[in-house]
Amino acid sequence: MFTSLMGWVDARFPATKMWEDHLSKYYAPKNFNFWYFFGSLAMLVLALQIVTGIFLTMNYKPDAELAFASVEYIMRDVEWGWLIRYLHSTGASAFFIVVYLHMFRGLIYGSYKQPRELVWLFGMFIYMALMAEAFLGYLLPWGQMSFWGAQVIISLFGALPVIGEDLALWIRGDFVVADATLNRFFAFHVIAVPLVILGLVVAHIIALHEVGSNNPDGVEIKKKKDSNGIPLDGIPFHPYYSVKDIVGVVVFLFIFALILFYMPELDGWFLEKDNFVPADPLKTPVHIVPLWYFTPFYAILRAVPDKLMGVMAMGGAQAALFLLPWLDRSPVKSIRYRGPYFRIALTLFIISFLALGYLGTQPATSLYTNMARVFSVIYFAFFILMPFYTKFDKDKAVPERVTMK
Amino acid sequence: MKTLIFALFFGFLSTTSGIAIAASAGVHLEPVEIDLSDKASLQRGAQTFVNYCLSCHEAAYMRYNRMGQDLGLTDTQVKENLMFASEKVGDTMTVAMQAEDAKKWFGVTPPDLSVISRARGTAWLNSYLRSFYLDDAKAMGTNNTVFKDVGMPHVLWEQQGYLDHDEESGHLSEATEGDLSSYDYDLMVADLVNFLAYIGEPSKIQRLELAKWVLLYLFILFLVVYPMKKAFWRDIH
Repeated sequence: MFTSLMGWVDARFPATKMWEDHLSKYYAPKNFNFWYFFGSLAMLVLALQIVTGIFLTMNYKPDAELAFASVEYIMRDVEWGWLIRYLHSTGASAFFIVVYLHMFRGLIYGSYKQPRELVWLFGMFIYMALMAEAFLGYLLPWGQMSFWGAQVIISLFGALPVIGEDLALWIRGDFVVADATLNRFFAFHVIAVPLVILGLVVAHIIALHEVGSNNPDGVEIKKKKDSNGIPLDGIPFHPYYSVKDIVGVVVFLFIFALILFYMPELDGWFLEKDNFVPADPLKTPVHIVPLWYFTPFYAILRAVPDKLMGVMAMGGAQAALFLLPWLDRSPVKSIRYRGPYFRIALTLFIISFLALGYLGTQPATSLYTNMARVFSVIYFAFFILMPFYTKFDKDKAVPERVTMK
Repeated sequence: MKTLIFALFFGFLSTTSGIAIAASAGVHLEPVEIDLSDKASLQRGAQTFVNYCLSCHEAAYMRYNRMGQDLGLTDTQVKENLMFASEKVGDTMTVAMQAEDAKKWFGVTPPDLSVISRARGTAWLNSYLRSFYLDDAKAMGTNNTVFKDVGMPHVLWEQQGYLDHDEESGHLSEATEGDLSSYDYDLMVADLVNFLAYIGEPSKIQRLELAKWVLLYLFILFLVVYPMKKAFWRDIH
């Protein structure tokens, strides 16, 4: 019965073929480790954000007069509204944690390198879209930090020569962040950017499944196949990685629930205190800070004395990530077989990124600004010097087959 | 190196304290214990709140009947003891004072207090309510060490009495005696702050109640899915 039904469907739509190509006969390396949980977790959080977002829109009012109150209405009067809202607000930060760890995995195992350049590029576009999505969504609660954060970020466009001020005005739809801004940000946040993200995620996965997954050894498993054409070191994604990822999902949800239920503000890191004050265009907060996932770039922006140059440095810091596949000239992918230069460079880069992230949350004192400058230089040096230190690095011999460390 | 980076990443999240602390830098804030299960404390806080705060400040997102349910009071008890500003028990805690009048009298519109505990923090509220002092330079005759030049007068002066402020040492000392000892006044403020923390997020009671069941469920689920993974992977070497 089921077989004949599937036969009927398959003659009209490649259901079985898709199932096999992407799950039951997609051969993934058998040596995935801890770092390989975060791709599926990112998908989980994306789904979570979409579902909770749909329920939030049922009661949220994208109106400058009503927005703040509607969020509190959700928190108090809507059945389970507080849970839906916290799932969404904690989910936003969780999304970035998962995505940053996912990107870090790509860095240490060289997953951006040939033949996976497009996988990396699609991923980078997802990351950009995700930042846009987070920025747009952060305006919606219409608290002080929503308002002034948006005011600061949009004013950055004003730094561009000639068109800057007109562009900022066009984005806001008013001379300051106002009701018109809130309405359009809502539209972009709930439909435009999510559509882009979903499309990019599909492209990211299709590109990945075309070339096959990398692994902690950076060995191409497709080079050694058995007589049936199946990679010797490959195992079907389903059931092996579906059952493994479920374990990852449960552990992730446990940590996620700990934060959501016991410290949804996470001491100001996930929900800022100032955002519990309704937006007031006449009262600038003493200390305007974006949420933590933007702060590395915010620190770079502030480290540069000139506003236009700062904006360019911030854009450059993101653009540099896109170029990774072409900056890295080592034949070796995984950090396991890389030489000391790359290891040192990557360590310094990670330290700089975290330090910039911290400095971006702090007031720009002269000491902190100088520190941010030093770390910004290291951040860019990681990319600019990469063609050299990767070329002359003392890489080790890469094994023929994957290892099960 | 993996572990080093991991430790760095999570170390950053856990050891550094929150972000928006700089706002009240330099003033010592006295923390206060928040216990939403202490119904008696919340009821005393509610009493203080409706008698002294709710004449000028609103808590426009908080409903009387929700408060009654969470504080263990019947609708009748709420109506008779805690509702002076509204008619219906399903109403939110609004005040009759016009915003324009308030602005004229105090220089600012008194802020809504629904989520003030989440905006300011409970330690700030606790310290603020204890730190009014006499200042002839101000229209209301009082000032505050935690919130300099605040428009709000010392509403609880009858209970605390008035304090003097020593400019050099920054210390506050008693100027006139209040109805309550300083110890009892601090308890009164602690109850009020506890209540303000409650109205900041009434669903926190449900949140903490649900938390353990969700975690227990996930833990049991782990005990199922982990052996399942092990079983599937038995032959992979």
